[in-house]
Amino acid sequence: MPRYVMVIDQSRCVACMACVVACKRENDVPAEHYRTRVVEMVRGEFPRLRSEMRSELCNHCDNPPCVNICPTGASHKQADGTVQINRRKCVGCKACITACPYDVRYINEEHGYADKCSFCQHRLKEGKEPACVATCIGRSRMFGDLDDPNSEVSQILRETSWRTLKPEVGTKPNVYYINQFPRKS
Amino acid sequence: MAFSRRNFLKYAAMSAGGTLIADTPFLSARARAEAEGGNVRYVPTSCEMCFWKCGAIAKVEKNKQGEDVVVKLEGNPLHPQSMGKLCARGQAGIGQLYDENRLKRPMIRTGERGDGQYKEVSWEEALNYAADKLKAVIEKYGPESIAMLSHGSPGDYFTNLLKALGSGNIAFSSFAQCKGIRDAAWELTFGHKPGSSCERVDLKNSKVIVLLGTHLGENMHNSQTQEFAEAVGHGAKIICVDPRYSTAASKASLWLPIKPGTDTALLLTWMNIIISEELYDKAYVEQYTVGFEQLKESVKQYTPEWCAKETDLQEADIVAAARDLGRYAPNVVIHPGRHVAWYGNDAQRSRATAILNAILGTWGRPGGMWLPAKGKFASFNDGYPKYSDPAKAPVIKGDYPFAGGEGLTQVVRDTTITGQPYPIKAWFICGTDAMKALPDQRQTLKAIANLDLMIAVDILPSETAMMADIILPECTYLERHDGLFKVEVREAGVGLRQPAVEPMYDTKPAWWIASELCKKMGLADFAVKDSWEARMRRQATAWGIDYDKLADTGYVSLPDSAFPYITADNQPEFKTDSEKIELFSKKLEEHNFDPVPKYEPTDEPEKGMYRLLYGRSPVHTFSRTINDQWLWELYKENQVWLNKKEAESLGVKDRQYVRLENQDKVVSDPIQVKVTERIRRDCVYMVHGFGHNAPRLSRAHKSGADDQQLITRYKVDPITGGTGMRVNFVKIIKEA
Repeated sequence: MPRYVMVIDQSRCVACMACVVACKRENDVPAEHYRTRVVEMVRGEFPRLRSEMRSELCNHCDNPPCVNICPTGASHKQADGTVQINRRKCVGCKACITACPYDVRYINEEHGYADKCSFCQHRLKEGKEPACVATCIGRSRMFGDLDDPNSEVSQILRETSWRTLKPEVGTKPNVYYINQFPRKS
Repeated sequence: MAFSRRNFLKYAAMSAGGTLIADTPFLSARARAEAEGGNVRYVPTSCEMCFWKCGAIAKVEKNKQGEDVVVKLEGNPLHPQSMGKLCARGQAGIGQLYDENRLKRPMIRTGERGDGQYKEVSWEEALNYAADKLKAVIEKYGPESIAMLSHGSPGDYFTNLLKALGSGNIAFSSFAQCKGIRDAAWELTFGHKPGSSCERVDLKNSKVIVLLGTHLGENMHNSQTQEFAEAVGHGAKIICVDPRYSTAASKASLWLPIKPGTDTALLLTWMNIIISEELYDKAYVEQYTVGFEQLKESVKQYTPEWCAKETDLQEADIVAAARDLGRYAPNVVIHPGRHVAWYGNDAQRSRATAILNAILGTWGRPGGMWLPAKGKFASFNDGYPKYSDPAKAPVIKGDYPFAGGEGLTQVVRDTTITGQPYPIKAWFICGTDAMKALPDQRQTLKAIANLDLMIAVDILPSETAMMADIILPECTYLERHDGLFKVEVREAGVGLRQPAVEPMYDTKPAWWIASELCKKMGLADFAVKDSWEARMRRQATAWGIDYDKLADTGYVSLPDSAFPYITADNQPEFKTDSEKIELFSKKLEEHNFDPVPKYEPTDEPEKGMYRLLYGRSPVHTFSRTINDQWLWELYKENQVWLNKKEAESLGVKDRQYVRLENQDKVVSDPIQVKVTERIRRDCVYMVHGFGHNAPRLSRAHKSGADDQQLITRYKVDPITGGTGMRVNFVKIIKEA
């Protein structure tokens, strides 16, 4: 069984939003809701500035607060490492939305269930990468199996220093960030 | 090869060493559809959400009513301008296709021009009406009184109509309002434009990339941005010259927040440093250039100390950048830019960019610029008769000796107003919102008021289209054939556009509209013989390309056409008079222009005023995508960027709505302020294309503010006729 992770090289992100539109279309995300976003953080004072481009999405945590709090078992952790939602079990109580420290869930108002990034589970089954990864213009997003030592993501995480978002909340994310800022060569 | 689903997945697995693949291996549209069970079609085509013409693949499914629906657009992995990826706009092409605000049926104006009163008519009635009106204009004023303003694919077909009618008054905004100035300047220097389908910049192999006012990332030209990210990823030095901390600046190892309008000072100073410190490529300069001594003499005056004062940059940074360029030359590139119509001396600035590349030896060097591909395309005109020369010479080049064949839109407009040297009384407006494309909207309105006839060919009810007497609704790029397209990314190749679905409503491809008008005007010889697809097929045959393969894969490369770098047996050809790179231009001297670029300062804002800068959002193409619901959702209205210290002194808060008033007392619609450290104090910035005054565009209408409304002044480049548009100043007016 693979263990899926995403690695995001922030230095290569150009905030072009191709991933955002790809995700919305691939997953038929309702208007004004997103499963992924790109956050642009600029720090400093003119002209000494530093900027961070950060794609954010469900972290498919190993210790997922959304799963822990879900009263019906709709939100669940799968053997492949992903956190998924069983829509038929979901009653739309929004507990998961409150519990998630990453603000990546929303209610699909038309159908009444909570929703979020699934790592494009349907595409994985067809042997394809998630839609955001496939169209990433900067090849900033990478995806693969951490249990395969030869996978690109395994190699990168072995060789590069990485971080996850909000490690202090103890969620153990499976989305890893590298190169927070471009190299100042 | 028989293609089962199992085979397909096996192939998929193999292609990436057993792990997940970057994307579905795209061998052929047919094979892919078969592999997925036949309920789906894949149509390779070329995107038209901007003008990069990325190879795209439309996924088409049947809905419950049995109608074909485009459900997804992906990049074509075979096509070198998309490399398997599409940007936000490219994927949102479906939003344009299914935009409920589209022009749906031909319309004839019933009210006053501009009041939006129309009646819907049949194509037969619309075309007969158009032909009658055109004949009346020709009878009274002659064929040259018919002009066309265009941007994009419909222009090609109507160019044929106008030339057949006997008018050469055809102008595309891509010249005077965009990249034509640069093309002319590079032709004067290298005898080549800096690119055909895209700039020939070898970014992925560059060690140093200089961007001057080029906003890769925000300016989302697909393959080029992919290569830029690749360069950032492998640690190339990015030197970004921009008054604004752009996305590209955020990737830079050196951001030079230059005083707007002084870029030429920086370029000339860099040349001086590089020459005086002998960092230039001596052998290359010796072998391939003429005029080095004159250049050396001319740039001596531009010292780093002077430059620092003029550009408001640090002297040490200026020198360090020049030394980096010298150190890593020739594997460096100064990007030629694209929209360069800034200050009215833009051809000389573009010349300076070209010359700096030349002395660093970048043309034909890895990481510099690749050499033009050697693909040979046989000439093909499908047996059409030759156009006779217009009885009266076209006005489109004005008095500008190096204006290009794409023409000067503002000269067509001026002639329409003045009637000199002869009247222009009819306009075709094809795929361009002239109110948004041309500076000084007051003049555009004046010209339109002078017309006897205005015919718009467009997809959406833009402000300009809705002033026309006759509106001919074009179908979107997902509903028509266009092309063939020559592609040049290191190698030469061919792409095409073919319909994913039938045209919706009562819309038609531009080739059909123009062709039918040819027939109505008694020019049947110039009409399309059968269908555009049949013509594309004949063209492919003439070019030695298998059309069926092209239609199935979306891109075919010409074998042995890529010779990107100079080697002993691959020498560059310079199509200049001297057959060398002309650092000193005799041609310019003959026309009394500086043969070597010199610096001239630009006007500066008065106290309390800011220079108005404009640019791009990665999710929009000019004004044409604002109404696309998928893109509108991401970026609904533009903001005006204002330096934080300035905002504090004005008492303006972040996200507060203000109006901008320019030096001619023109006041904008309300616009939100973005208070930011990311811009100099002497300028403000906004994304171009917003503030539509087009009530039928339900999302775009009055969304944000229109920069073009504030661009009432422009300074014309005397060499090329380009319209420098960054010469306007605004003050901030707080809303009561």
